[in-house]
Amino acid sequence: MELALKRSSAKDYQSDRVTTSKEKVVNIIVFVVLFLFAITMVFPLIYMVATSFMTKNQILSGSLTILPNPILIGKYSQVLSKGQFISGIINTICVEIPVLLIGGFTSSLAAFAFAKMEFRGKNILFLALLATIMIPFAVVMIPQYVLFTKLGWTNSLAPLIIPGCFGNVGMIFFLRQNLYSIPSDLMDAAKIDGCNYFRIYYKIFLPLMKGALGTQLMLWFMGIWNDYLAPTIFLRSEKNWTLQVVIRSFNSYYAIQSDYALIMAASVIAMLPTLVLFFLFQRVIIESIAISGIK
Amino acid sequence: MASKKQKIHMSAMAKREERWAWLFIAAPFVGFMLFMAYPIVFALIASASKWTGINSLWGNMVGFRNYAKILTDDKFWKAMGTTIIYMIGIPIGMILGMLIAMGLNRKIPGKRILTTMYYVPVVSSLVAVSILWAWVFNYDYGLLNGIYKALTGMHGPNWLGDEVMVKISLIIFMVWKGLGGTVILYLAGLQNIPRDYYEAAMIDGANSWQKFKSITLPLLSPVTFYVLITSLIGGFQVFVEVQVMTPSGGPNYSSATVVFYLYEKAFTNGQLGYGSAVAVILAIIIFIITAINFRGQDKWVKTID
Repeated sequence: MELALKRSSAKDYQSDRVTTSKEKVVNIIVFVVLFLFAITMVFPLIYMVATSFMTKNQILSGSLTILPNPILIGKYSQVLSKGQFISGIINTICVEIPVLLIGGFTSSLAAFAFAKMEFRGKNILFLALLATIMIPFAVVMIPQYVLFTKLGWTNSLAPLIIPGCFGNVGMIFFLRQNLYSIPSDLMDAAKIDGCNYFRIYYKIFLPLMKGALGTQLMLWFMGIWNDYLAPTIFLRSEKNWTLQVVIRSFNSYYAIQSDYALIMAASVIAMLPTLVLFFLFQRVIIESIAISGIK
Repeated sequence: MASKKQKIHMSAMAKREERWAWLFIAAPFVGFMLFMAYPIVFALIASASKWTGINSLWGNMVGFRNYAKILTDDKFWKAMGTTIIYMIGIPIGMILGMLIAMGLNRKIPGKRILTTMYYVPVVSSLVAVSILWAWVFNYDYGLLNGIYKALTGMHGPNWLGDEVMVKISLIIFMVWKGLGGTVILYLAGLQNIPRDYYEAAMIDGANSWQKFKSITLPLLSPVTFYVLITSLIGGFQVFVEVQVMTPSGGPNYSSATVVFYLYEKAFTNGQLGYGSAVAVILAIIIFIITAINFRGQDKWVKTID
């Protein structure tokens, strides 16, 4: 919020200034350089989409071609008719829904308690939770794997769903920051009125943190959608594979047959949901990333 | 923190509030105990055992022998060396990111679209773009060698098939994947620098380089520090792109990282005790970086106040 304020004031300032002609020339050069470099950045992705429409002959011709000729859309229908691919999408959604619903609830409830309620051990408990952000997944993945195997979870999606339902520390942190900007008078007034604490959370603060909660859920959605390491380790049977694990196996299987168009088509579809979300909500997503660095 | 006296005289209302609060934070706290605290303790114990998951954990205690074995294993050091070589990409990404952000901070058209273009790789699935780049790097039909051949008429390098080239390829990939994040952080940092500073410097007759050196660079130091620390921590955890592009760890194990080594030992070979010891070493390294982060912040970071 503070960031947005500062930005707008900087902008006003900027427009007041007179741009000299020398500065204008520099700006044009800067723009051209940035534009060309940006094209280079997205070019591999364009090439990816282009390849997915190419014939095998064109791909393996060995000469540099970017535009598919003729344009084939058959690879997309081929990918979408593969049972494994579809079940990958379904499995991923089966992880997303409960984790985002339950995990979003537990995280926002805890954030509310940490931001607006008084209790002994508040700071120490919060720091303990925060410390877990520093712990790399690689450090705990072996014990987690053993734990999930012992519990008999590895033949289902449970290892991806259940831990997420307990909440997400990053999300608790951000929502807590967000709640700090909401005056506590509301809390005191509700307390005097004799509202119980869950009602205060549900009726007053949950609606107030809707925006921040939405952004965080979106980022979490992307994180789950793109997750690969945890699913590869914890999912023992192929029928439970999530989408990223499926496209990874497509890659090793079809590369031998040089069916790159199919691999690229599968990867394009796998990337699509997060990209669409990003394009729709880029302003809030970028802002929340930027804030994390300034804090 | 409440003093003892206050604790005793806590009102019934405050007590009620406390009980509710504990209930509200119960889920994340239980999750923390089950999926973080317990696994860490477990990893420490398992790291002292020649445990495979099938034999007995306590019956195969070997003390520090796993650690001794790791520290004398050439493969481990090779993976550690590669992990550190990949970090060459960190300063490259930071310099590029800062330059791009400075450009985007000027009065130029299409700022929003350019920022989006730089950021798209960051939100893209790591597996999907790793598959894509394995294709771009393909020796016979890939995009890079296609361009190379069109320009020089000769066949390009074997990007993923050569011990040195594979490292360069992965550094290129990592810079590409992460650049947008660095750009956004630097851009936010730049927008937080008050304009008057530059105007004051202009009145003093400072040239662009002097302004950059004595205003921009020091005032961006919090961002620089943040990017550096998070990249270092992330750098020690590189795995997915390596596993997707070079499933066997590259020619002569030349692209394997520490986490790749860990994964292979624990999940391919089933040496869970040994793998736990690698995990503990990794945790110690990351703990040291985090400690440097907390201690070094005051020393190196300059703020506006």
